[in-house]
Amino acid sequence: MKRHLISAADLTRDDAVLILDTAEEMARVADRPIKKLPTLRGRTVVNLFFEDSTRTRISFEAAAKRLSADVINFSAKGSSVSKGESLKDTALTLEAMGADAVVIRHHDSGAPHRLATSGWIGGSVVNAGDGTHEHPTQALLDAFTMRRRLVGVDAGLGHDLAGRRITIVGDILHSRVARSNVHLLHTLGAEVTLVAPPTLVPIGVERWPCEVSYDLDAVLAKSDAVMMLRVQRERMNAAFFPTEREYARRYGLNGDRMARMPEHAIVMHPGPMNRGMEITAEVADSPRCTAVEQVANGVSIRMAVLYLLLGGNEPAVTAGNGTSTRTEESK
Amino acid sequence: MGQILIRGAKILGGEPQDVLITDETITAVGTDLTVSSAEGAQVIEADGKILLPGLVDLHTHLREPGREDSETVLTGTKAAAVGGFTAVHAMANTFPVADTAGVVEQVWRLGKESGYCDVQPVGAVTVGLEGKKLAELGAMHDSAAGVRVFSDDGKCVDDAVIMRRALEYVKAFDGVVAQHAQEPRLTEGAQMNEGIVSAELGLGGWPAVAEESIIARDVLLAAHVGSRVHICHLSTAGSVEIVRWAKSKGWNVTAEVTPHHLLLTDELVRSYNPVYKVNPPLRTEADVMALREALADGTIDCVATDHAPHPHEDKDCEWGAAAMGMVGLETALSVVQHTMVDSGLLDWAGVADRMSFRPAHIGRLEGHGRPVSAGEPANLTLLDSAYRGEVDPAHFASRSRNTPYEGRELPGRVTHTFLRGRATVVDGKLA
Repeated sequence: MKRHLISAADLTRDDAVLILDTAEEMARVADRPIKKLPTLRGRTVVNLFFEDSTRTRISFEAAAKRLSADVINFSAKGSSVSKGESLKDTALTLEAMGADAVVIRHHDSGAPHRLATSGWIGGSVVNAGDGTHEHPTQALLDAFTMRRRLVGVDAGLGHDLAGRRITIVGDILHSRVARSNVHLLHTLGAEVTLVAPPTLVPIGVERWPCEVSYDLDAVLAKSDAVMMLRVQRERMNAAFFPTEREYARRYGLNGDRMARMPEHAIVMHPGPMNRGMEITAEVADSPRCTAVEQVANGVSIRMAVLYLLLGGNEPAVTAGNGTSTRTEESK
Repeated sequence: MGQILIRGAKILGGEPQDVLITDETITAVGTDLTVSSAEGAQVIEADGKILLPGLVDLHTHLREPGREDSETVLTGTKAAAVGGFTAVHAMANTFPVADTAGVVEQVWRLGKESGYCDVQPVGAVTVGLEGKKLAELGAMHDSAAGVRVFSDDGKCVDDAVIMRRALEYVKAFDGVVAQHAQEPRLTEGAQMNEGIVSAELGLGGWPAVAEESIIARDVLLAAHVGSRVHICHLSTAGSVEIVRWAKSKGWNVTAEVTPHHLLLTDELVRSYNPVYKVNPPLRTEADVMALREALADGTIDCVATDHAPHPHEDKDCEWGAAAMGMVGLETALSVVQHTMVDSGLLDWAGVADRMSFRPAHIGRLEGHGRPVSAGEPANLTLLDSAYRGEVDPAHFASRSRNTPYEGRELPGRVTHTFLRGRATVVDGKLA
């Protein structure tokens, strides 16, 4: 693994499978009475959030705490320029406080890349979502959820998603989740189809390793998983689609459409859901929908990522009482 | 009487000749020239260096008044001299905007005081660059600055009626409107060229059509009202096609290209390094090749730097928060040599045409863009085209360092620049 996790495209197949396998180990910790490992004791993880995202932040926070890291939450909402402090000065501040890892959520695409390559900080950088670029841990938790459901919890260990057909539906243009998923799922051997109105597909998508369709009904029957992306209602004000109702009719997932999916196929959603828009309540609340499971899996994945970036190569979960701790290692 | 004898210079790349300068004027061109008296005379051994007419930039941001932290007329004209320029057009997007006779005269006067390079102020087309109301174009023309080129550069004159009126109005004094072609609605939130790279990076796209649609409209408007329009920093293959078509109709359309659009592509944005953030954005390899070809065949009239200095903090940040623009005066000729001459697309006479004769003619500048011959003003640039070296912004005369070429090896180095017979640059250093 590299020192940072900026883009899902940076992960090799073996990196990705290692993260998923490590996350399975972490998931077992969640079943213990004491859900805590000493692995990152004495290490500091900073959650640097320039954008509101309670879900992602608490997921990273829970992950770091279960690994016994010290967690600092730094909310820097609003643009760095309007706040008067630059990303650079914020980074230098965190460096001075001894951050071993910085988990960054930023409204500008490329901000985590900048943080990792500018020399402002020495620790690891984890991209927790940047603008409309990427959200690699979301893609990892999605892949983890798919492997568990489509391959099996134990059967999945060591395996990728070869041959699985994944459909991603919604606002591809503005979605960092879609970008990271396309990269990662392709790396893991899955066949990805993006479905959206043409206005919400980026110019240049033809180079992505996936198919594009404008017709949801045409692809449902051949999907092992259908991932519905959140569509912001305000997009219709910029003429991306005429009305909410028209969007829901053409691209929303309802009970009828779900019934046309193969029996084993799952419905996924990164949350928060717009019920009635991209997904009906009937689908959202059905046992085929993994939205809640994805949240739980998110903690396991983020534990795995923090462990692998900060903890080195020793087993994360020891057979004994779990007191083995690495105190000195290179970052 | 002061005399300078330049010995063995390849004028416009021709056979080595001697050039004698007396005071402000070229007084003789030939072989085996001698100075009339050794007293006060200076001999420069050119040793086969290339002698060009002093370069003329149609598009320079000198930032004064208002942003003296990034550049002043003095530092900007020093940078111009180092780059081999003897005249620059100072863009109007200062603070306050150069939309009155008072501001253009201030810039003009600062240029006179600097003494490194002639400064021809550009006047704003509309009040405050807001695109709503015509600025007093006549007053700016009639002022001491004698403005002939008008531009809202940085912003597009997007209202078709305002553009039409401006084109018509400047006919009264042989003016030209230099359009920053950018359809504003198509470029809301635009961060880079829209295409394969923007799709991957998740940066807001600046589509080629936003430039091309405005150029198409404006060449038609210029034809309709019988005026002349100049297209700033043309950046796409499609724009080239439209300008080529307009010229084939005999319409009075001219266009410029920046050095960076002749060399760099949007692939560089993958680094998210804001030094590559510029407006119009870096385009694709196919666009770069089309621009080079168009400059070679004359569809694009001239190279203009769009020298856009920014203080370090405006680039030392995340991409979205960074300012758009690159400095260019001190590297322009090297980039043109690299992309056009060393590639065989243009000879040195062509470079003189695209970087001196034509821009001077578009700006209706007197005393610049003249042949290197006896009786002409001694505005000259001597280039060591055999030189190869890495660009080091630490040595820039400009107050700003936002160059995309840092560490890149480029050919050619200006060793001497003469402004009306006075050396502003000697041995590559400011005199």
